[in-house]
Amino acid sequence: MKKTIGVLSVQGAFEEHIKILKQLDVNCIELRKKTDLTKHSIDGLVLPGGESTVMGKLLRELDLFDPIKHLIEQDIPVLGTCAGLILLAGKIADDETLYFAAMDIVARRNAYGRQLGSFQTDEEFNALGKIPMVFIRAPYIESVGEKVDILARVDNHIVAAKQANMIVTSFHPELTADLTVHQYFLNLI
Amino acid sequence: MSNRYELNKNLAQMLKGGVIMDVTTAEQARIAEDAGACAVMALERIPADIRSAGGVSRMSDPKMIKSIQKAVSIPVMAKVRIGHFGEAQILQAIEIDYIDESEVLSPADDTYHIDKTKFDVPFVCGAKDLGEALRRISEGASMIRTKGEPGTGDVVQAVRHMRLINQQLRTIQNTREDELFQVAKDLQVPYDLVKIIHETGKLPVVNFAAGGIATPADAALMMQLGAEGVFVGSGIFKSGNPAKRAQAIVKAVTNFNDPKLLAELSEDLGEAMVGINEQEIELLMAQRGI
Repeated sequence: MKKTIGVLSVQGAFEEHIKILKQLDVNCIELRKKTDLTKHSIDGLVLPGGESTVMGKLLRELDLFDPIKHLIEQDIPVLGTCAGLILLAGKIADDETLYFAAMDIVARRNAYGRQLGSFQTDEEFNALGKIPMVFIRAPYIESVGEKVDILARVDNHIVAAKQANMIVTSFHPELTADLTVHQYFLNLI
Repeated sequence: MSNRYELNKNLAQMLKGGVIMDVTTAEQARIAEDAGACAVMALERIPADIRSAGGVSRMSDPKMIKSIQKAVSIPVMAKVRIGHFGEAQILQAIEIDYIDESEVLSPADDTYHIDKTKFDVPFVCGAKDLGEALRRISEGASMIRTKGEPGTGDVVQAVRHMRLINQQLRTIQNTREDELFQVAKDLQVPYDLVKIIHETGKLPVVNFAAGGIATPADAALMMQLGAEGVFVGSGIFKSGNPAKRAQAIVKAVTNFNDPKLLAELSEDLGEAMVGINEQEIELLMAQRGI
């Protein structure tokens, strides 16, 4: 049977994730409100890029926060990109805000500065070869706990990591044609 | 196209499904961010006040823009006059996240728009039809918005522009390939962009709605008509309860297809901004820069 992936669709680049996931032959469900999770059962979860402050707020106000937190605690495979990484981070540098706080990493928001600091590069991803990485007002990971595997670094900063069934990237695999990261995520299911 | 242009289009993609709010102070910027704005537009006077004050309207004081950059973590945009590359250079120097080359300010050049390909920071431009949209894109705009009629609280023009742009996109998609050359000629736009639309049926950049959006219902209407997000200018801070209205519009954009939720969101928002009908306006800003 086809796998079903829930893609958080309250704001940001969720359509881009859905487009890539469809190429990998999975069903996608847009998660916009609580009933989207009660009506469908999902095998994996994608937290896309966008503005983490917006998503964090809408998650709570549309009653999605608790059911998604519950799914993450049940070890459902999760892919968080950019803002999604911030939502999963156990701590955000110089910021008291916490969202799911499920992963033992310290993230720094807007770590490369404003839009003029946005860039693209090709770098090794988890020994699967070099892949294109697009950073848009991106965060990076300042430090990781013992249970966390580092999947990629750019200029000595950690830009991708994995803990149990959670994968995070500070870049946007949904903005390129490369399927490596999404395939790696689907292999967890 | 350069790598920088792709990155700038990518930033607009991250704003999709979001609301960009006009703010005039750091305090308003924080209210907007707390309400769930995906970006703020820093300007000295909101369009409704520009309209009532009259006179020449220019780029805002960089000091004010910097105070807003300090106050929030979301992207900060600011407006320059049409054709005023001098103002745009200044905004790039203070590392603005997006420049709006905007008909809301007084045009600085009645013939030429800014050559936006010469800049590293991204530009959003207004368009009331597909020809304008594609001319702005060929000049280097990495995001498009409808012009609407700013500062009126009347959504009729934004609706007209969005419908027209989408009708023209559909027409091009269904046109025979050998007729596309003439389409490009009629629209006064580059053939390459017409070809892309023929293949994809979409603009090659993100398209937001702007102008006259004042209620959650207005926002939902524009999203159902095909907008990928909305700008709300005077509609929020000219209303009775800005924080509540801002939050309601943010949620309306996410769940634009859920009338039951929209009904809840529309309750008890206090007074909406006072509207001016299209026919009552003396200055049509949408006519600026075509």
